Amino acid sequence: MKLQALSIALTGSGGSGVMTTGSLLLEAAAKAGWYGFMSRSAGPQIRGGEAAAVIRLSSEPTESPDDSFDLVLAIDPDSMTRFATEIPLRADSLIISDAEAGRRGGCLPDVPGQVLDLPMKKLAKTIEGGRPNMIALGAIARVIGLPEASIYSVFEKILKSKGPDVIEASRACVQAGFNAGAGLPVIERLTAAADLDTERWSITGNEAAGLGAIRGGIRFVAAYPITPATELLEWLAASLPRVGGVLVQAEDELASINQVIGASFGGTPALTATSGPGLALMTESIGLAVCAEVPAVILDVMRCGPSTGIATKSEQSDLNIALNGLHGDAPHLVLAPTSITDCVFTTQWAVHLAESLQTAAIVLSDQSLGQARAIVKRPPDISFLTRRLVPESFEETYYRYAVSGSGGDSGVSPMSIPGQAGGQYTADGLEHNVAGAPSSMPEDHYAQLEKRERKINEFEYGQHWADLEGTGTTAVITWGSATGPVREALSRLREQGEDIRLISLRLLAPERPLEMAAALEGIKRLLVVEQSHSRQFYRYLRAAYDLNAETRLFNRPGPLPFRPNEIIQQLAGWVGEVTT
Amino acid sequence: MNDETLNVQLQPKQYKSAVKPVWCPGCGDFGVLGSITKALAGLKVQPENAAIISGIGCSSRMPTYLSTYGFHGVHGRALALATGLKTARPDLTVIATGGDGDGFSIGGNHFLHTCRRNPDMTYIVMDNQVYGMTKGQASPTTEPNWQRGKLTPAGTGINPFQPLAIALASGANFIARCSSSDSNGTARILMQAIRHPGFSMVQVLSPCVTFRPEQREWKNMLIAAPVAMQATSDPAEAARLLLTDEGIYTGILYVGERPVYQPKLESSIDDIAEFEEEFRI
Repeated sequence: MKLQALSIALTGSGGSGVMTTGSLLLEAAAKAGWYGFMSRSAGPQIRGGEAAAVIRLSSEPTESPDDSFDLVLAIDPDSMTRFATEIPLRADSLIISDAEAGRRGGCLPDVPGQVLDLPMKKLAKTIEGGRPNMIALGAIARVIGLPEASIYSVFEKILKSKGPDVIEASRACVQAGFNAGAGLPVIERLTAAADLDTERWSITGNEAAGLGAIRGGIRFVAAYPITPATELLEWLAASLPRVGGVLVQAEDELASINQVIGASFGGTPALTATSGPGLALMTESIGLAVCAEVPAVILDVMRCGPSTGIATKSEQSDLNIALNGLHGDAPHLVLAPTSITDCVFTTQWAVHLAESLQTAAIVLSDQSLGQARAIVKRPPDISFLTRRLVPESFEETYYRYAVSGSGGDSGVSPMSIPGQAGGQYTADGLEHNVAGAPSSMPEDHYAQLEKRERKINEFEYGQHWADLEGTGTTAVITWGSATGPVREALSRLREQGEDIRLISLRLLAPERPLEMAAALEGIKRLLVVEQSHSRQFYRYLRAAYDLNAETRLFNRPGPLPFRPNEIIQQLAGWVGEVTT
Repeated sequence: MNDETLNVQLQPKQYKSAVKPVWCPGCGDFGVLGSITKALAGLKVQPENAAIISGIGCSSRMPTYLSTYGFHGVHGRALALATGLKTARPDLTVIATGGDGDGFSIGGNHFLHTCRRNPDMTYIVMDNQVYGMTKGQASPTTEPNWQRGKLTPAGTGINPFQPLAIALASGANFIARCSSSDSNGTARILMQAIRHPGFSMVQVLSPCVTFRPEQREWKNMLIAAPVAMQATSDPAEAARLLLTDEGIYTGILYVGERPVYQPKLESSIDDIAEFEEEFRI
């Protein structure tokens, strides 16, 4: 069935409340039975500055932006200029603005679309405590066919902290906006979805990662504030104490990762979350977790780099450092969620793998997943059986780093926990012998390198290593947040009878050559899609795998997201006549 | 420290591992190793309930030479490792060990913030005013006119770091200075440091006989602080002493009563499914 969907952008400036309006709209749409997601675009200003809430509402779950927007609500016309490149429009797009607002008398940038005037400022003034953003919300509801009542039903949840007066004023404004919207065109795109029976959640990628961490057993987090990972830390700070855990705000990222390793050495599953600059600071100590074989999970919510880059915007450009940033030969795990919902599963899986394999796992989320809020079906609760291998009793001499033995030949040796009598050893970042004593002997180095590599290479990762969908001899291979638009592009092509395979990697390290060979079986043409200027994913694929297919690359740096029609265009000549 | 003690006191040597130290003959750190084992024996700590945490440097090799749990981490991060361990496992006796370069140069930020945070653990810094493992460069506590460091042949020209005054200003709860040559005296102070709730900072002047042979004289220069000045709980009095004694007084020089950093680790819900409530439409 063709996806019924509608894209709306709300732009504003200087505390005009677009994010609150967007949240209300999304939650109200969810109440009405729709799905959708909202991403945020903002400058670096802490308060004020332009901001846009970008929303897509749909009849089925989707995490892809559309090719263009159907409706723009420019609460303040000045604010639209900044987002002209981020909000592609068509001739039939509606732009609702306020001729009396803004410093330049309602002047909009030169973009396609039908401009309609709505005196939001004036209407708001007629209501005590009234605000133009709530007038806008009422008007949007009218235009898209969203019942007014569904908005009122979410006031309590979203506006509770603002008090009853604000709720009352907002209700009056929404009503005024709804009435004023009677004169505006109607976009009949969404029929009320009949999915009210399915359990659905409203969750951000950052919250989803936090939930995955707690489901996986994380009970200690140490971290330093950084955009765009901060909300994840805030969620964990409030949530961990409920399960007997704790979040420590550390003095810097060097402390964060080392506190995590210390807690994990003590037997408590531990995680830190950061973004690119913080990951760069942590790399030396991630190597310590690898060498000393202490489980640790590092969640990187990527943003544009290098250096401070664009802190508030998304990019898939930390792949290189995550894969190759550690000095020495340091085999470790690198994973990436393929959607907002999947942040739950992938983070939980990362905890499971780090604990089972006694090593470091880096999870690459990004700003576009982390800070976006989506209406999703409840992510299934998966329980993994394998946990950290802890010895139950001790022989006369305990060999912490035994290369084979009671842990079998898996390379995973039982790890004693402080408090266990007879299990005393020194965890060491120096190369060591099987007992953990420092060693500069070549044979100890070889044996330990081989052990640390074997345990992660020979583990049975099962089907989770990648999302594989579709059939056919053409495939699109991608990872992380780029998966959403690729998935929608392929779904559109499928509607037209073109079957193309999707390969989205969840496990980036260790490499899975056999599984990849099976996934690529019969593939003649391959399109690589990634959000990195220097082709990091493409180079990784070329180095790690035999692609054996005619290969094209579609790469672009952040922050502009991929749109489905762009991906379809990249497949030109490989698929039949397609309408985009 | 850990409350669960042994019924029978072990011998100090039972806290030593079988690994032979890499230290040069005559190194002050041998004395400190002995003091640590005496203190643990004196406190009847069960070896499996203690963890010795370190970074990198000669003195940071300490954990390997003990029969407790240990962690020999990366350069400068011992206090962060130890804070994570102690916070997650408040039942353990956690001791961080290391040198002046590890603690006050590359690890300086963690030193400030661990004093400030005040977790219940002990930090033993074996200060020899030189980087020994990299063969003799000036450290943060080296005097400005020491000219035998090859990276600073004209001397550093900069004032040495004053660890104990900085520990005091940063909020450390227990501050002491010892001499590695007085193994029993150091052990007695370590016992008090380990018992004291909160972050205990113990500077042990521990000569580097290879790169600073003149430090052999320390045993004749260091003197016990006058009794009236010991164990003051007045930070102003302690500051005056620490800033004016030229680093020669030994003993417990400050004892504070700040609250210990230890988040409660008690679950308030029965089922993590309760988290789902906040997301449900």
